[in-house]
Amino acid sequence: MEQLLLSYLPILIFIGLVVVVGIALMAGSFIIAKQEPDAEKLSTYECGFEPFTDTRGRFDVRFYLVAILFIIFDLEVAFLFPWAVSLGEIGVFGFWSMVVFLGVLTVGFIYEWKKGALEWE
Amino acid sequence: MGNFWTGYLEPGLWIVAQILVMILPVAVSVAFIVYAERKILALMSLRRGPNIVGPFGLFQSFADFIKIFFKETIIPTGANKVVFLAAPIITFVLAMIAWAVIPFGPGLVVADINVGVLYLFAISSMGVYGIVMAGWASNSRYAFLGAMRSAAQMVSYEVSMGFVIVSVLLVVGSLNLSAIVEAQRGLWFAIPLLPMFVIFFISTLAETNRHPFDLPEAESELVAGYQVEYSSVSFVLFFLAEYANMALMSGITTILFLGGWLPPLDIAPFNWIPGTIWFVLKICLLLFVFVWVRATLPRYRYDQLMRLGWKVFLPVSLIWVVLTAGALVAFGWLPTKG
Repeated sequence: MEQLLLSYLPILIFIGLVVVVGIALMAGSFIIAKQEPDAEKLSTYECGFEPFTDTRGRFDVRFYLVAILFIIFDLEVAFLFPWAVSLGEIGVFGFWSMVVFLGVLTVGFIYEWKKGALEWE
Repeated sequence: MGNFWTGYLEPGLWIVAQILVMILPVAVSVAFIVYAERKILALMSLRRGPNIVGPFGLFQSFADFIKIFFKETIIPTGANKVVFLAAPIITFVLAMIAWAVIPFGPGLVVADINVGVLYLFAISSMGVYGIVMAGWASNSRYAFLGAMRSAAQMVSYEVSMGFVIVSVLLVVGSLNLSAIVEAQRGLWFAIPLLPMFVIFFISTLAETNRHPFDLPEAESELVAGYQVEYSSVSFVLFFLAEYANMALMSGITTILFLGGWLPPLDIAPFNWIPGTIWFVLKICLLLFVFVWVRATLPRYRYDQLMRLGWKVFLPVSLIWVVLTAGALVAFGWLPTKG
């Protein structure tokens, strides 16, 4: 167990080091470069006029649909990973159990398709 | 005290040294990837490209970096300051830490964890966070729309990438990246799994928001998408992350399909060259294709992009996973653990 955790130690140090590098770069530029903010410079960029509406208003619901579909299929992929690695041990029975599982999901996928959840006209 | 030195400090410093040996070439090569991209694009459209700074303009990227480093960091009034400044750092960190598990040669890896593929998959999924945070915190229409598009596009193609990875795992029977490379001794997976290789490569283009799928940036309509409000080093971090991600995705493609550090033929003139050089050469080849695609193809429309992801790649890769598994089970080719 200790050995397993130790193999992740370089990653932890790596994350710490890169975070420090990123913050140092940003802070360094912030300190060295001349900062002269004014109201026009800090206003939201829009093509030559003031923004008409608030940014955080409504937007297309299909982005939510894509996110929900993604969660379903990504969980499916996460479920397939251990299955794929151990298929040598579980053999034919393991294969058919996963085919049944994928079949159920495929039915759902066909339903979404027919319902038009994947359309972006 | 001596115990502290040999027990903690020395191995710790050794790890830090390894990480620096890893990060510095990646950071420097990003500068040359940007230069190479500009030069190749220029040559493909019969221009000269950067040719002033240094011999053949080789130091152009460094000059750009120094110039941009001395620019003012602009934080828009409407922006959510903490999230606005955290987003580029998160994107940069995620693009860099994925390199921790990439094997450059036999044993040449910072962290040889046994779930390397899962780690890479997790890190590349998290890339969406930086972009959504940037788009939301900027409080600008362009940035927000760019971030939404980018997020939807990245998650859509991630699903088919996941299935492609599963089909490779089926053949190898291990999640360790070095084991995946070693399993390709004799035959690279690009040949038996050719359709998956093509799907994976196109998905990496979409995943890194590159041409022809660069809708989030779409300069003709969204100006620069989620990056529009960023300036100075906060922009540089996004830029670095984008190109480091391109190199990373090429590296993953190389490991999964093009035999990693293995030479193309295991005979005399080829296996004299060290594996690391083969690995870097393969990454360069894939990066060249990235640029070549950018110079050649027009941009996709957004509905075409989503249709390709959900209605073509997803079903094809799903069916191919089942076919691969079925063939392996039927012919008894499954890898067994010793």
